[in-house]
Amino acid sequence: MLLITSGVISTLMNEQAVSEEREKELTILHVDMDAFYASVAERDDPTLKGKAVVVGMGARGVVSSANYAARKLGVRSAMPLGQARRLAPRAIFVPVNMERNAEVSSHIMEIFQAFTPLVEPISLDEAFLDVTGSRRLHGSGREIGAKIRARIESEEGITCSVGIAGSKFIAKLASTYAKPNGMLEIHSDRILEFLHPLPVNAMWGVGPKTNEELQKIGLRTIGDIAKTPRATLIRALGQSAGETLYELSWGRDYRSVTLDEPDKSIGAEETFLIDLDNHDEILKELLRMVEKSSQRLRDAGLVSKTISMKIRFADFTTISRSKTVPLPISGVQECYEVVRTLYTALGLDRARIRLVGVSLENLSEGSGSPQQLLLGEREKGWREATQAMDAATRRFGCGSVRPARLVTPDGPDDPGDEDSPE
Amino acid sequence: MKFVVEREELVDAVNWVARSLSTRPIKPELLGIMIDVDTSITLTGSDLETSTKAILKAEITSKGKVLVPGRLLAEISRSLPAKPITFNLEGTRVLVTAGAAKFTLPTLSTLEYPNLPEVPETAGLIASDVFATAVNQVAIAAGKDDSLPTLTGVHIEINKNHITLAATDRYRLAVRELSWQAKNADIEATTLLRARTLSDAAKSLTATHTQVTLALSPTGSHERLVGFVSELKTMTSRTLDGTFPPFRHLLPSESVAQATISVAEFLDSVRRVALVTDKTVPLRLDFGNGILRLEAGAGEEAQATEEIEIAYTGEPIAIAFNPQYLTDGLQALGTPFVEIDFTGASKPAVLVGKHEANGAKDESYKYLLMPMRYSS
Repeated sequence: MLLITSGVISTLMNEQAVSEEREKELTILHVDMDAFYASVAERDDPTLKGKAVVVGMGARGVVSSANYAARKLGVRSAMPLGQARRLAPRAIFVPVNMERNAEVSSHIMEIFQAFTPLVEPISLDEAFLDVTGSRRLHGSGREIGAKIRARIESEEGITCSVGIAGSKFIAKLASTYAKPNGMLEIHSDRILEFLHPLPVNAMWGVGPKTNEELQKIGLRTIGDIAKTPRATLIRALGQSAGETLYELSWGRDYRSVTLDEPDKSIGAEETFLIDLDNHDEILKELLRMVEKSSQRLRDAGLVSKTISMKIRFADFTTISRSKTVPLPISGVQECYEVVRTLYTALGLDRARIRLVGVSLENLSEGSGSPQQLLLGEREKGWREATQAMDAATRRFGCGSVRPARLVTPDGPDDPGDEDSPE
Repeated sequence: MKFVVEREELVDAVNWVARSLSTRPIKPELLGIMIDVDTSITLTGSDLETSTKAILKAEITSKGKVLVPGRLLAEISRSLPAKPITFNLEGTRVLVTAGAAKFTLPTLSTLEYPNLPEVPETAGLIASDVFATAVNQVAIAAGKDDSLPTLTGVHIEINKNHITLAATDRYRLAVRELSWQAKNADIEATTLLRARTLSDAAKSLTATHTQVTLALSPTGSHERLVGFVSELKTMTSRTLDGTFPPFRHLLPSESVAQATISVAEFLDSVRRVALVTDKTVPLRLDFGNGILRLEAGAGEEAQATEEIEIAYTGEPIAIAFNPQYLTDGLQALGTPFVEIDFTGASKPAVLVGKHEANGAKDESYKYLLMPMRYSS
């Protein structure tokens, strides 16, 4: 197993001999901050140094980030805070400071930009960099990686891990195995040696479900997948997943680093302070999530064709249901109609629900998008109402005009909202 | 159980019965086709919502009743050579022999097979070809979205010797009026039946028979069923719950402009122009004096325009439709000419057939189509 956790890996090949070959290959870096939110919190508050730090908020929220001291005690991201408290009773819990994190993140992205214009941010704390064209100016992938790590550490006081390879898939895996505070380069001739012993769930796209499927047919390592006929994988996992996993198991990944991809989805979700089991209340919360996400959709001048709803029950089982409509929509009422249909179709009977979320997907530019009129529809309908609502919001601020069901005597309130990561 | 049957007869009967089988039934017994051999042979299939029966003419040697895997029976029947086919129950297996081809079918337990509803009371008779055409004309407008079940149905309204069929997916509405022979001259009833089921029944029952018996559960009865009976075939189906939305007020009583167009010519143009876009992108139509201009596509993308001669009265109108919905309506008319009546660019247009360009409208069928708005 090729696993180097810290420092720079020694070159496995005579670089001189293969330099020409390497010229043609892509050099892609995956840079990932180590326990980003926790590191930022620690750096901003020196009293936290050396202690177990957990970032998360609310009585019923989940762990957003935990530093390595907390991770040693078993605390993981996305774990309910209650559980984290039991595991690490002496850890220090701090709220998420999104503004601060975004600020640090934007500076880190600037550092990346100094090395290559081809930066694809995945989230606030990780990005792919294509440095193929920067090698003459800034040195090899490893040299660039080292420079980036040094700059981030000196300018922001936090550490990161860097994976270097010829593809995004391998680069990302490499950074995972370099964590924390390390760097790992996988040369193209060592890819299979690195990849094949890894467990299948290390792979991009293998979640708990797929993992289970793969275990069922006896595939434990990525090497096992590679030795399985493509047709067998397709039979077990479906056409696209089977195909993709097979390709990736041989280290073949041709996705390129793309600049700021347009939003794939716009969503909002909310964890309730107490579990809800009343249809009216749940629908009201769903409406609120629709209001919020569709507002952002319209602000961005987009329309959505696929509306998806997520429900997490009290026992943490999570389901999602989606529906694709014939023509893209963006209005609160139109989107809510779809969500309401999806929710009603579940036929829940007083199931206790912990979280609801709405996500608008399959997005496209909204300007001049055609609209199929409905029989018996009033000539001035919800579309006009939504336009008027947006105009009022622009003028008088958020929540100045809302669906009547969401108006409370105390004015707009949104306790415990959290935007879903996109 | 033993009998001999001709291939044609068998294939026809099995295909009809297999229609009502679900691929994922709620009970495994429902995967089967029941073969009941008495003085005649009855084949039965059901998914509990729809049940189909067929009488099979055959030479019976001995009686018996078995349940065999339905899809397998259907596939085997279709692939057998055109020779007399022998069915013979041996122990728990059915031996099917046709010439040199031999198959063995396992049997399923009949114990758990549900009791299927009887065909309800006969309501009247209808010419099968008229019925099939009418159902096809209407079913195209039914919704396909199972989350709005009422709209996946065809509304059947019986008023004495007159039937109205209607369906809508909220984008278009198709209404067909036809006459029939009611058994009880004072009958008044309405029911709602899944469009897919109704189309299936109409299509298959016309093939060989001239008249179809329509049967209905009496109004207010506990189980609401519709039955279709022809000489050898029967279908019984549960009606859909819910009430079909009121639709008569949607039909405009007057129009501001009228266009008469050759259906074949119009369809060709629509198909050509719509090539440049996908199905949900509007086809823009400019109706003016004597000329209809069709246009699709915009901006940087592919574009197409075409003009055809039409007869037109009224102010020019610019309107846009989903090309698929327009094509559906034009094809359903079944007449060489169409008159389109307009009430406004964002109001429904009505397509009505005409047998001659200068002739009267055939008001027995109306296809109401809602336009698209293409610039906001």
